[in-house]
Amino acid sequence: MNMMSQIGLSHYIALGAVLFCIAVAGIFINRKNVIVLLMAIELMLLAVNTNFVAFSRFLGDVSGQVFVFFILTVAAAESAIGLAILVVLFRNRATINVGEIDDLKG
Amino acid sequence: MSLELILFYLFAAVLVTSALAVISVKNSVHAALLLVLCFFTSAALWLLLQAEFLAIALVLVYVGAVMVLFLFVVMMLDINTEPLREGFIRYLPVGVIVALAMLAEMIGLVGIKAMQVQAPADPGGASNTAWLGHALFSQFLLPFEIAAVILTVAVIAAIMLTLRARINTKKQNPALQVAVKASERVRIVKMPATPKLAAVVPTEAKP
Repeated sequence: MNMMSQIGLSHYIALGAVLFCIAVAGIFINRKNVIVLLMAIELMLLAVNTNFVAFSRFLGDVSGQVFVFFILTVAAAESAIGLAILVVLFRNRATINVGEIDDLKG
Repeated sequence: MSLELILFYLFAAVLVTSALAVISVKNSVHAALLLVLCFFTSAALWLLLQAEFLAIALVLVYVGAVMVLFLFVVMMLDINTEPLREGFIRYLPVGVIVALAMLAEMIGLVGIKAMQVQAPADPGGASNTAWLGHALFSQFLLPFEIAAVILTVAVIAAIMLTLRARINTKKQNPALQVAVKASERVRIVKMPATPKLAAVVPTEAKP
């Protein structure tokens, strides 16, 4: 079967890998801005979810899509709590710069 | 090339471009809007994978709720973006190197096993939603209910974190209102039954 003429599992896994690496690079270069860090984490979860859905489709197993469902749930909860913490942080410190948040350093 | 492959490359190009833009634009509002484009394109890719329920759930939950929350927070906080951009150029090379190394390793791992095009398996029934729902409510019922508990905990935690008790505001305390007794509000004064009329009249005439 010709590799380049039909869509396969490797296409989706490669896309997930590219997306995950973009998110890792985003965490490296935006390490001062908490909001962009949260967005990069969302991108990572999206890459992982794409992998899960692709495996579920190509292996015919429903468990992958069930896992994506749970990941979506937990990610929604995570971003809600993360943004609430961010709002409280900005209210108390008037900054979201990671470099200035060092109260626990002692 | 099949139409499916053309669509895949189109959506993948849009997804990768917008993801690169999310991590590199200066304005956080633009980043949030580009992340919306990322999620929407991913939903289209999931539709190509015949995961209809999850694609619609991604659009509803992420584009409809989570990204609106992101935009709300980004617009509510008055952020000076200049100090947040420092180190962008400094950490750019190391970020690119780490990302490219990880990408090469992952593509290498994928290439060993999965470069053979596998025929897509039968997706287990006519409706993706019925397939997923049947698994969720039989095999994964307990995790499903735990997910509901997690969402409830997240709602309560988000409210409790951002709830601010102000000091100088006048507000009702219903518990105190219910627990009040008549003796705390009304003072009963014993009066003689037949007051002298002459003592009452001057006090009424004074004002």
